[in-house]
Amino acid sequence: MTEAHHHEEHHGELPFWRKYIFSTDHKVIGIQYGLTSLVFLFFGFSLMMLMRWQLAYPGKPLPIGFLVKWLGDSRMPGGIMAPEFYNQLGAMHGTIMVFLGVVPLAVGAFGNYIVPLQVGAQDMAFPKLNMSSYWVYFIGGVVMLCSFFVSGGSAQSGWTSYPPLSDVTPQSHSLFTGQSMWLTGMVFLITSSLLGSVNTITTIIQLRAKGLTWMRLPFFVWAQLVTGFLLLLAFPPLEAAGVMQLMDRMAGTSFFLPSGLVVGGKALNVSGGGSALLWQHLFWFLAHPEVYVLILPAMGIVAEVIANNTRKPLWGYKSLVYSVIFLGFMSFIVWAHHMFLTGMGTAINAFFQTTTMIISIPSIIILTALILSLWGGSIRFNVPMLFALAFLPMFGIGGLTGLPLGLASADIHLHDTYYVIGHFHYVVAPGTLFALFAGIYYWFPKASGKQMNETLGKWHFWGSLIFMNGIFLPMLIQGLAGVSRRLYDGGVSYLHAEHVLYLNKVMSHSAWALAVVQLIFIVNFFWSLFAGRKVTSDNPWEATTLEWATPTPPPHGNFLKIPEVYCGPYEYSAPGEDKDFHPQNEPYKKPGDQNNQEKR
Amino acid sequence: MSTAIEIPYNSTERPDTGLYNAKLGVWLFLASEVMLFGALFSTYVLLRTGADTWEHGAEFLNVPLATINTMVLIFSSVTMVMSWASLKMKNFGKYKLYMGLTFLCGVAFLVIKSFEYAAKFEHHLLPSTSTFMALYFTMTGLHGLHVIGGMIVNGYLWGPGSKMWQTDPERFTNRVEVAGLYWHFVDLVWIFLFPTLYLLPGK
Amino acid sequence: MSDTHHEDVHRHVKTYIRVFVALAVGTIITVLASNFHLGIILGIIVALIIATVKGSLVAAFFMHLSAERKPIYWVLVLTATFVVAMVGLIMFARRDQQGRQQGIFAVPAKHVPVHHAETPEGAHKE
Repeated sequence: MTEAHHHEEHHGELPFWRKYIFSTDHKVIGIQYGLTSLVFLFFGFSLMMLMRWQLAYPGKPLPIGFLVKWLGDSRMPGGIMAPEFYNQLGAMHGTIMVFLGVVPLAVGAFGNYIVPLQVGAQDMAFPKLNMSSYWVYFIGGVVMLCSFFVSGGSAQSGWTSYPPLSDVTPQSHSLFTGQSMWLTGMVFLITSSLLGSVNTITTIIQLRAKGLTWMRLPFFVWAQLVTGFLLLLAFPPLEAAGVMQLMDRMAGTSFFLPSGLVVGGKALNVSGGGSALLWQHLFWFLAHPEVYVLILPAMGIVAEVIANNTRKPLWGYKSLVYSVIFLGFMSFIVWAHHMFLTGMGTAINAFFQTTTMIISIPSIIILTALILSLWGGSIRFNVPMLFALAFLPMFGIGGLTGLPLGLASADIHLHDTYYVIGHFHYVVAPGTLFALFAGIYYWFPKASGKQMNETLGKWHFWGSLIFMNGIFLPMLIQGLAGVSRRLYDGGVSYLHAEHVLYLNKVMSHSAWALAVVQLIFIVNFFWSLFAGRKVTSDNPWEATTLEWATPTPPPHGNFLKIPEVYCGPYEYSAPGEDKDFHPQNEPYKKPGDQNNQEKR
Repeated sequence: MSTAIEIPYNSTERPDTGLYNAKLGVWLFLASEVMLFGALFSTYVLLRTGADTWEHGAEFLNVPLATINTMVLIFSSVTMVMSWASLKMKNFGKYKLYMGLTFLCGVAFLVIKSFEYAAKFEHHLLPSTSTFMALYFTMTGLHGLHVIGGMIVNGYLWGPGSKMWQTDPERFTNRVEVAGLYWHFVDLVWIFLFPTLYLLPGK
Repeated sequence: MSDTHHEDVHRHVKTYIRVFVALAVGTIITVLASNFHLGIILGIIVALIIATVKGSLVAAFFMHLSAERKPIYWVLVLTATFVVAMVGLIMFARRDQQGRQQGIFAVPAKHVPVHHAETPEGAHKE
C-alpha cells in the first residue's frame, strides 16, 4: 500500500486544541484515556478510603476537619458517616473503578495506544470515531461525578442497581436524581465502549501489516480482540435494561416492578406486572463478560512483559490463543452464577454451575502457560517484571477463590459476604491493576522517551503487594465467617462477626497505607515525564514486537517505513542468531533461518 | 483533516478478508444492535409469558397507520439500495434522487408515528398504563430514535457529505453502502416489531 | 465489489424490485392473517414465520448478505448464538424455579415429618 508520509511538520501545523485535545491520533487518545482513567481510579479509591474509616471505627467522627466540613451535615452529620452516604460511596466506588477506571485504562488507554503499533498500522481504522469514543466516555464520567451533587445524592443501590430498590430510590420522575444520572452516565459509557470495540476489532482484522498472520500476533493483541467482542456483544443488553430502568423511574413503567409492591408503607401506584429478576439477568449478561474485559488485557500485558524479561518465547502460544477465544465464548453463558440465590431451580443452577466450572479451565491454561514460560528463562527483575510476576500468584488466589462461588451449594454460604469482595478484588487489584502498572512501567519509555525511576518503582511494587494483601486477605476470612457485604457498621451488630471484627482495622490501615504508596507512583510518573533519564535507544527493553520499531515517542503515522513481518512475536534467544532477540520486522539473512525459528 | 497518514482499505477491499474497513465496522455495529433489540424482545417474551393476561395490540393500536409505516420503511429500503446502485453506475443525479426519497420516507415514518403517539396520549394510554404499553413505547421509541439517527446520516450524505463524490468516489460509494446497511437494519427491526406489538393475539 | 459492471448492477436492480413486491405482499399477508382467530400459539408462529421470511429477504438482497464474506457470517452466527442463549436461558430460568421443578430434574416429593415446637414436657416428634 502507500508509504507512510512522514509529515511531522504538516501535523505540527495543527493548532494546540486539534493536536492535543480533539486529536484523532490513537496515541494522544490513548494517553487521554490513560490520564483520565488514572484520575478516576484514584478518586474511586478515595471513596473507599472514606468508607474504611466507618468500617474500622463505626460511629466515630472522622478526624479530618476540613473534609467533614466540605462534605457537609447531610453526608457526615457530626463527622459521622450517614448510612445513605455510605451506600452512595459503595455504589459509586464500584461503578467508578470498573467503568471509569479499569476498563478505560486497560482497553481505552493500552488498547488504543499499543494495538495499532503492534499490528504495524499507522492509526486505528476509524480515527475520528476513536476521538468521539473518548469524549463520550468523558461526558459519561462527568455525569457520574455530577450525580454526587444532586438532591438525594448519587446512586446508592450498589453498582449492580438492583430493582425494586433502584427503581424507587428516590421516588422521583426527575432526571436529576443520583440513580437516573447513573443510568444516563452508563448509556454514555456503554456507547463509548461499543464504538471503541468496533474500532479495535476492525483495526486488528483489517490493518495488520504484511506478513503479520493470525498466529504471529502478540498475545496482547489477541486478548484485546476477544475483549472487543465481549464489549460489543455483551454491553447492549445492559443498555436496554438501563433504558428500561430509566423508563421505570421517569415514565412510571413497571418493567422491573412486580405487582403489589409496597414501599414505605404505601402501595406503589404503578401498573405492576414487571420482573425484578429480569434486571438481574440483563445486568449480569453484561457484567459477567465485563469481568473478563477486566482481566484479558491484563493477561495480555503480563504475557508481553514475561516474554521480554525471560528472553524466551512464551510457552504454549497456541494454547494461549485457543484458550482466550474459548474463554471469551464461554463468558456469555455463565452469568447466572451471580444469581444462584434468587430462587432458580436445580436444573438451571446446575447448568450455570457446569459452564462456570468449564470456564475455569481456559483461565487455568492461560495462567499455567504464563508460569511455565518462566522455566529456563534468563529472568530480568525490573519493575515491569516484578508486577508481572506478582500477578501470577495473585490472580491464582483470585481465580481459585472464585471456584467455591461458582459451586451453587457453597455459594449459599458465601454469596453476598465479604468472601465475594475478597475474591473479585484479588483478581482486579493485585491482578489486573498490577498488570496495568507493569504495562505503564514497560511502555512509559516508548511513549515519553524517558525512563521511570527503578528504585521508586520497587518501593511502589513492594508496598502495593503487601498492603493489597493486607486489605483483601482478611476479607476472605471475614466472608467465611459469614460477615455480609454492604454492611454500614462493618458487622458490629452481628454476633457471628465478633471474632473477626478486628480485621476491619487491619484492612482500613492497609488501605490508607496503600494510598500513601500510590503517591510514590504518582511522583515517579510525573517527575520522570519531565526530568527522568532519557532513553538511549528506541528499544530499551530489547523487545521483539512492532511497537518498538518506531521512533521514540512514535510520531503521527507511527512508522518511518511501513513494517513487514517475518516471524512470530517472541523470537527471543533463537539459536544461531547474533543477538538474543529477533524483532518481528527484521528480515532473515539466510532464507532457511526463518523456518528454523518457527518450528519451535 | 490532519491526516498525512492514509488508512488503507477505506476505498478498496483487503485481499484476505475481502472487506473494506467500514463494511466490517458497520456489521460489527449491527451485531451489537441485534443484541440491543434482542434484549428488548426477550423482555417482551419474559413479561408476556409471566403475565396472566396480555393485551391484543390490534384492539387499541392503530394497525392501518402502522401498516402504512411498514410499507413506507420497506419502500425506503428500496430507494436506499437504489441510491447505492446509482453510485455504482456512476449516476450522481439518480443517487441524489433516491437518497432524497429515502430521507423523505424517514420523515413520513416519523410524522405518522407522531400521530400515533399523540392519539395514544389523548386516550390516556401512557407507558405507565401497563407493561404492554411500556414495551410499546420503549420499543417503538428506541426504534424511532434509530430512524432519526439514520436520517441524520442520510441527510449528511445527501448534503454536505456528498462533496466526497468529487474527491474519492469509491470511498463515498462505500459510505453510502454502509449507511444503507444501517438503514436496512432499522427496517428489519420494524419488520419484527410490527407484528409483535400490533398483530399478535393477546391472552 | 468495486469493479461491478453496469449489467451486474442492472440485474441487481431487477432483484430489488422483486424483493420489494415480495415484502409488500408479505406485509399484507401478515396483517390479513392476524384477522383470523388462529389462537395464540399458531398466531405467534405464523407471524414469526412471515417476519423471518421478510427479514431474510431484506438481509439477503438489500444488505447483500447472500454474497457476503466469511468474517461477516461468523460475526452474525456468533451474535445469533448469543441472542438465542440469552433469550433461551432467561426463559429456562423462569420456568425452572424452586418448588416448580419438572422434566428429568423432577425431585420426587419426600414426606418430611412435621416437627412440633418443644413443650415443657419434652419434644414430641411424629
